[in-house]
Amino acid sequence: MLHKKIPEPLVPLIGAVVFLIIWWLCTAFKLVDPFLLPSPLAAGKAMWTGIFNGTLSLDMLITIRRTVYAFLIAVVICVPLGLVLGSSQRIYRSCEFVIDFFRSTPASALFPLFLVILGVGENTKIAVAAFGAGLLILFNTAYGVMNARKVRQAAARVMGASNLKILYGVTLLESLPQTFVGMRSGISFSLVIVIVAEMFIGSTDGLGQRVINAQMIFNMPEMYATIFSAGALGYGLNLLFIVAERHFVHWGGK
Amino acid sequence: MTAHIQIRGLSKNFAGQVLYSNFDLDFAHGKITSIFGPNGCGKSTLINMISGLMPMDAGEVLFDGKTLSQTVIGYVFQNYRDALFPWKKAIDNIKYPLQIAKKSPGEIEARTQELIESFDVKFDLNRYPYELSGGQQQLISIMRALAPNPEVLFLDEPFSALDYEMTLFMRDKLQAIFEATKTTMILVSHDLDEAVYLSDHILMLTRRPTQIAREIEFNAPRPRQTSTLTSELFNEVKGQCLEIFQKEIKVID
Repeated sequence: MLHKKIPEPLVPLIGAVVFLIIWWLCTAFKLVDPFLLPSPLAAGKAMWTGIFNGTLSLDMLITIRRTVYAFLIAVVICVPLGLVLGSSQRIYRSCEFVIDFFRSTPASALFPLFLVILGVGENTKIAVAAFGAGLLILFNTAYGVMNARKVRQAAARVMGASNLKILYGVTLLESLPQTFVGMRSGISFSLVIVIVAEMFIGSTDGLGQRVINAQMIFNMPEMYATIFSAGALGYGLNLLFIVAERHFVHWGGK
Repeated sequence: MTAHIQIRGLSKNFAGQVLYSNFDLDFAHGKITSIFGPNGCGKSTLINMISGLMPMDAGEVLFDGKTLSQTVIGYVFQNYRDALFPWKKAIDNIKYPLQIAKKSPGEIEARTQELIESFDVKFDLNRYPYELSGGQQQLISIMRALAPNPEVLFLDEPFSALDYEMTLFMRDKLQAIFEATKTTMILVSHDLDEAVYLSDHILMLTRRPTQIAREIEFNAPRPRQTSTLTSELFNEVKGQCLEIFQKEIKVID
């Protein structure tokens, strides 16, 4: 059997290769309107040209910058806030409804509100993304604190640790895996919002703006190239976080 | 001989029901006392209150006349996985109470080496707790609890989550430590064999409101071997405990 002869590290590539083959077959046999679905080669060419001769890499960097700014703002505000909320059942319960409500409100519905308050500039895009990511991080951090193992805190107490030492030496570290989960979701969410904001809130750069422009002039290879670039960006950010988690919170889930 | 731990007037209510009411109890110096009793009689609650993990509704606990805050104690939890710090290596877990007590690095290192030798640890202590087996983790827990040379060691079903082979090994280790240090130990166990085998005194408790049904002595010579488990004295004492236990569980709550 062919698949048994393929070395283990290459197995994940099989799916990707099959995907490309199916795509190429669809275009070669014109199963889909060639205008709507260019060949993988054409999309690849647009990506190459965009990166080395065009502005694709610039747009990518700008989108990354906005995403990271929004994420950092969300982390700086919402991790400490989450720690405070999580450390008291009463405080959390009093805020729970408000947090859950805004968490459930689609961030896209809040765009017009942010437009009115902050205008059509750079800050609006970053603000909406920070708001959405922030709520995710807030909820997860508080959740992590609330679910900190009581036995562990008891063990520290019996060994003579003060309440403050227990808070930052045990509770904080206990809640870190869940906080990281929140941060990983937060940065993905931030990317989504930034790209949508770039599409619709008067932008002159960024991947969102690039893909909507490509759509408007029906430049399909360019559109696919940008979509895959955005996908690569999202994938890369997620991978970065998984690596960070394994390093900083190696005990998570164990 | 005066008691090491004196409990006077201990009261505790749980969910509107009386658990302990004006409860008095003494624990002897340098002895292992087991606490045994029916479900819900508050064995774990008792040692949690004495060790300060749970508040008392009323009462006073003194350690040789000192309060809890003036006394160094150790506590070994049943759930070793949740008690150890997974972000610290095993060796750093053991050092933790010494760091809390602000001991010098030299003292900490010396004490840690002492513990490793007396426990004859052969596995890698530079690993994280979750990389070790259950028995190894519980051994680390015990070492950590004993690191600050506590006056009293509390053990809440310390071996119930381990397999039989490991349990026998750990019982012997605990006995060896007791022989060497004569630390006062208070053990809660669901296993009557273990409660009798390890201890000098077996405290039999009643159902709620909890009182002392009887305190039975087991003075088989130490170190105790597996042959002790089949000795006449052991069977006699165990029989007495069983009789009391069965009488207590017949009492309707």
